[in-house]
This record gives sequence, C-alpha cells and structure tokens, in this order.
Amino acid sequence: MAKRDRLSGNEAIAIALRQINPDVFPAFPITPSTEIPQYFASFVANGQADTEFIPVESEHSSMSAAIGASAAGARSLTATSSCGLAYMWEELYIAASNRLPLALAVVNRALSGPININCDHSDSMGARDAGWIQIYAENNQEAYDNMVQAYRISEHQEVRLPIMICQDGFITSHAVENMELLEDDEVKRFVGEYEPENYLLNPDCPMAVGPYSISDYYMEAKRSQAEGMKHVERVVLEVAKEFAGISGREYGLFEAYHMEDAEYAVVMIGSAAGTTKDAVDALRERGEKVGLLKIRLYRPFPAEAIAKALAGVKAAAIMDRAEGYTNHGGPLGADVMSALYRAKSQALAVNYIYGLGGRDVRVEDMEGVFATLKQIAEDGDAGETYRYLGIRE
Amino acid sequence: MQARRIAIWESENRGGQKMGYNFKETMSKPERLAPGHRMCAGCGGTIAVRNVLRGLHEGDKAVIGNATGCLEVSTFTYPYTAWEDSYIHNAFENAGATLSGVEGAYKALKRKGKLDETFKFITFGGDGGTYDIGFQSLSGAMERNTDMVYVCYDNGAYMNTGIQRSSATPMYADTTTTPVGSVSNGKPQNRKDLAAIIAAHDIPYVAQTTFIGNFKDLHLKSEKAIYTPGAAFLNIMAPCPRGWRYNTPDIMEICKLGVETCYWPLFEVAEGKWILNYEPKEKLPIEDFLKPQGRFKHLFKKGNEYLIEEFQKEVDRRWEELKFRCSRG
Repeated sequence: MAKRDRLSGNEAIAIALRQINPDVFPAFPITPSTEIPQYFASFVANGQADTEFIPVESEHSSMSAAIGASAAGARSLTATSSCGLAYMWEELYIAASNRLPLALAVVNRALSGPININCDHSDSMGARDAGWIQIYAENNQEAYDNMVQAYRISEHQEVRLPIMICQDGFITSHAVENMELLEDDEVKRFVGEYEPENYLLNPDCPMAVGPYSISDYYMEAKRSQAEGMKHVERVVLEVAKEFAGISGREYGLFEAYHMEDAEYAVVMIGSAAGTTKDAVDALRERGEKVGLLKIRLYRPFPAEAIAKALAGVKAAAIMDRAEGYTNHGGPLGADVMSALYRAKSQALAVNYIYGLGGRDVRVEDMEGVFATLKQIAEDGDAGETYRYLGIRE
Repeated sequence: MQARRIAIWESENRGGQKMGYNFKETMSKPERLAPGHRMCAGCGGTIAVRNVLRGLHEGDKAVIGNATGCLEVSTFTYPYTAWEDSYIHNAFENAGATLSGVEGAYKALKRKGKLDETFKFITFGGDGGTYDIGFQSLSGAMERNTDMVYVCYDNGAYMNTGIQRSSATPMYADTTTTPVGSVSNGKPQNRKDLAAIIAAHDIPYVAQTTFIGNFKDLHLKSEKAIYTPGAAFLNIMAPCPRGWRYNTPDIMEICKLGVETCYWPLFEVAEGKWILNYEPKEKLPIEDFLKPQGRFKHLFKKGNEYLIEEFQKEVDRRWEELKFRCSRG
C-alpha cells in the first residue's frame, strides 16, 4: 500500500535509505545535501535503522570510507553536493575501477567559484567520465523512486558499478511536494539482501583490493569497466519494469513528453523539465508540435535510443546546466549532437547553457526557446549553435 | 584474556623485569607478508611490516590497509600479492578513512548477524601518507576512536617518488626538494612530532619504536596496539638505505644510534599516560647518528660545525620535553 506524504527531496531520499537500511553510511555535510545524512542520523539515533553511520571529517574521507566498507562486503553509500563531489573526485574513479556497487546521493549544486550554493549540474557533469552510472530526477518523487532502484542496478552481477542518484539542489532537495512512498517491507523486498561474491571480511577467503597495475594490465581493467557499462541500459529497464509492478510508476532511459509527432524538441536534464512541460502544454494548446526529451540515464549515455526519439524533429535545443568551455557548448550538447550525427540525423540542433548557479528558468524562457527552434527550421540554418539562455550580456 | 595480557605486559614493562617475549618463537611465526615482493633489499619498511604483523595472534584474521607508497606498489603489483591477509589499498591520503569504512562494515555485519569471526584492522603508511597528505584522514580516524592500528613506517621523506622532503624529514637533511647547494644546508625546518600530535587526540594507545636488539620493543608495542580496543598509532623509524645513504647492512646499527643519541626515543602513551621505555646510560652525541648517513654529509664539512650544534640543541630540547612528559606519567 502506497502512502501519500508531503516531503522535500532530501527527506524523500533519507526515507528511501531508511527503508533500504544500508550497512555503512559515512557522511560529511555540504549544502544542499546536508539534510540527507542529518535525517538519516536521526533515524539511527532512534533505532529506525541499524546502519553504521560514520560522521567523517571530509568528503574525500566519506567516499574513501564508503569504498572501504563496500570492499569489506557491506552495502554502503554517501551523499554530497558541489565542492564535496569535487573533493572526492579521485575516489570516484577508484570506486568504479574496483567495481564496487556503492551509491552516491548527489544534490546538484554549482561548483565554486564564485562560491554559490544553488543548483546547476557542473558538479556531477564533471564526474560524468568517472565510470559511475548517473541517473537524474525531475522531482522529489523521481528522486525517491530512483534511490529505491539504485542498488538493484548497481549490484547487478553483470554491472557491478557505482551509481549516482542526482537531483537538483534546493529546487527539489528543499521544495516540499506531494508524493507517494512505498511501504518499508515492499522496499526491502524489492532491494533484497546484498550478497557479494568476494570481499575483505570473507573469513573463508582473503582478498586484495586496489593493486598497482602497470601498462600490461591497466587497459584491461578499464575495458572491464566499459563491459559493465554495456549492460546498464538493459538492467535499468528491467529494474524499472519490476519497480512499476510495485509502484505503478513507469520509468525508462528518458521520458519522451509529447514527442510522438514533435517537430521541435527540447532535450534536458533535471527539474527544469517540469517548467518545460508547462511550456509544451501551453504551445500544444496553440497547435504547436513541440515536445520534450528528459534524460534520466545520462551515464552510460543511451545515444541510439535518444537519436531514435529525435528522428522526426526538424530542430532541437539541447539544454546544458553546466559549462564545458569548449567554445561550442556543454556536455549534454556534445553527447546529443554526437548521437544525432551517428544516426545521420538531419535535425538542426542548438545548445543552450542555462540555469547556472540557480539562475531561474521560466515557462516564458522555454517558450522562447521553442520559438527560436521554429525560426531556425524556417530559415534552414541553426546559426550560432552555442547560446546562453537568460544571461545579461 | 586480552585485558590480562595488557596488564601483564604493563607490569613487566614498568618493573623492568623479564618480559613475556620469546625471540625464537616470535620470529618463527608464519610470515604474513610473503617473500617475493619487490621492495629494496634492506628496506626498513618491510622489516616494520613483518614485525608488526607478528603481533597478531595466530589464527586471528586481519584486514590490512595501505596508503600509496613503495610498500603498496611493490607488494601488490597486479596480478600478484604478497599479503596473506585481506588487504586494501585505496589512495595516498586516505588510509585512515578507508580502514574506518572497513571497520564500520565489520561492526555493521556483526550487528546484523552476518559475520561471526573476529578481525583486526591494521593500516600502513609511509611518512608522506601519514604526516602530510594523509594527516587529515588519519586525524579523523583517530579522533573517531576507530578500532584500528595505524602504523607509520617513518623513513623521513617521500622515498617512493625519489627522496623529496616531508614534514618527517629531519632538519638539514639533503633531499631532492631541499637539496644542499651553495646557499642551502638542506631542509631548513625541524621535523613534526607526530606521535605527540596523535597522543593529543587522546586515543587509547600511541607508541614510538624502531628496530632494536631482538625486536622486543617493536613486538610488544605491536601486540599491544593491535589488541587494545579503539584507535592505536605506532610510529616506527624505518630507515631507507637509498634515501639516507648509509651502508645497507648497517640498518640495525643506524636504528640503535637513533635511540642511543635520543634522536628517536622509545616511548608510549597508554590511556594518556606517558611512559619512557628506554633511557641510554650515556646519551651519545648526535654526530654518531648523522655521520654514517650520506644525507647529512655536508654537516661534516669544515665550517659547518654550528649546524651540528643546532641539530644537537633540538634533539636535547625534545628529549628533555619527553622526559618531562613521562615524569608526570
């Protein structure tokens, strides 16, 4: 039986974690993810979770301890944002190369500088090539649902890779929304017990983790990670299907909103997709063939499926909430354009940088983007493909 | 049993009576760091490791942590490992935090009834991974009173990357980042007193030791560190023949001179109580320790006598400070 509740995104994640009851949770606070360990610490203090909660002295140590715990045979995780994620950068690669199925609840926030506590995706976008699975949420419900599904994907025998469950700082982490929670025992049954094959605390067989690997083996280690990544799309869909069975909520690699006959499409990640849906609804009422493709799984990048979903569009705007400083756009822009190129798409595509450091994105802004797409299609020329939305020039 | 063993050890130690240590028996224990690794011949690091691991009681299981350094790259080169116990290397600066996670997993799995066996947790780092880049992670793990032993094998420089100075490097040592030159006498600063800093974390057990005589001091301190519940820290002077430039087979003599000159005193801090384990009958001049080492060669040039005087002054100051601490108990 689902329970309706009004929760912030952080509280929803913390509740999902209480329901999962992981073994080890090392944490260090950073705005806006601080509430996740804070709520969780109170669950532990009140006997609602028997997780070993380790309040460490930095994010580098929170990820290091999560890695140690995971290698030892425990289901572990941590949570962070922004500079905290940047500080654990080195460790992200090590977690992935050790094929450790641990989770990281990311609450997206701009990287310094200038220092800014509000939402953009520069933190997790910078970590996109670290070898982690990345799943993004539009709203609190999705953040919760993604967290419940995380370990099933990450721990899957053919995957065994760490996973980031991302949501937008303040916009979803702090805003309170109506949502549905699953029953505790439903979540426990769905997630299941963690039974690693090899681990440090296996009394029957010692194990060594973290070798020095020179040129004759390093490349094979990296290739093995890539092999795990190849199975992720399939596993994400399998887990989503099973999750729909207990929740009634369906998830894919991305959400296609009014894309069936769309001529003009926006591609984006995160909470601004909600704003864009309003723009799509308004324009559809006026008879405009517009749609939205909201990325859920960003790493690995489901390029073929995305190109297929965009096959019918005349023009697309790819929205990046992070700079790439390539002089031609952001990371999502590069990934989507490359997918379109490989699919021999004829769509005209532009790449917008938007919403940096929490800059507000309004329905009118997105209507403006669709108007621009229509103009581009009429002109048959994308013009400048590297654009900024909502900037004071 | 554990408490009894510690109590016996303490009474023996304080009374200066016969200790419960049998050299032959201890050295005959099965090796937990297998031969065939790629550390240099005569390396102090592996002598430290093998003797610390002899502190584990036979049959007890352990997870060994290791900061990046010579020890890690030379003992766990894929696909070979020299470690008989479970072992984890994570990175350079986080051996403390990594073992915190392993120990946390142990507690959680025990609590959840998924593990019956007893494990001990020991981590090794050089002075680079311990005094410097790993200092925060170490401090955190100690302050949280993690049930582990952090062992620093202190050879007084970043030897793995080629003998660069660390905060453990003694004053005037010639290193590749504090080279002796026409206007340089080597490292200008004194070394950090890490054992005292860790003792200030108020953890159950801190000890400083090195390779002396029949290894009794190192063995008993290791055993005590491993079997004391909560956080323990061992600082072991572990000479590096390449970095210190002495005649490799003379390692035991070098260590002895370190202790007899009071450059490297043997002491421990148990439950806040400072205990001096050895006081030389006749404190030798610091020249005796410096002379056999190439890294101090420039100190013996004519006109540089004042540098040795300054070095001696610092050794004396620290020795008096330590004696004062120990006199208060």
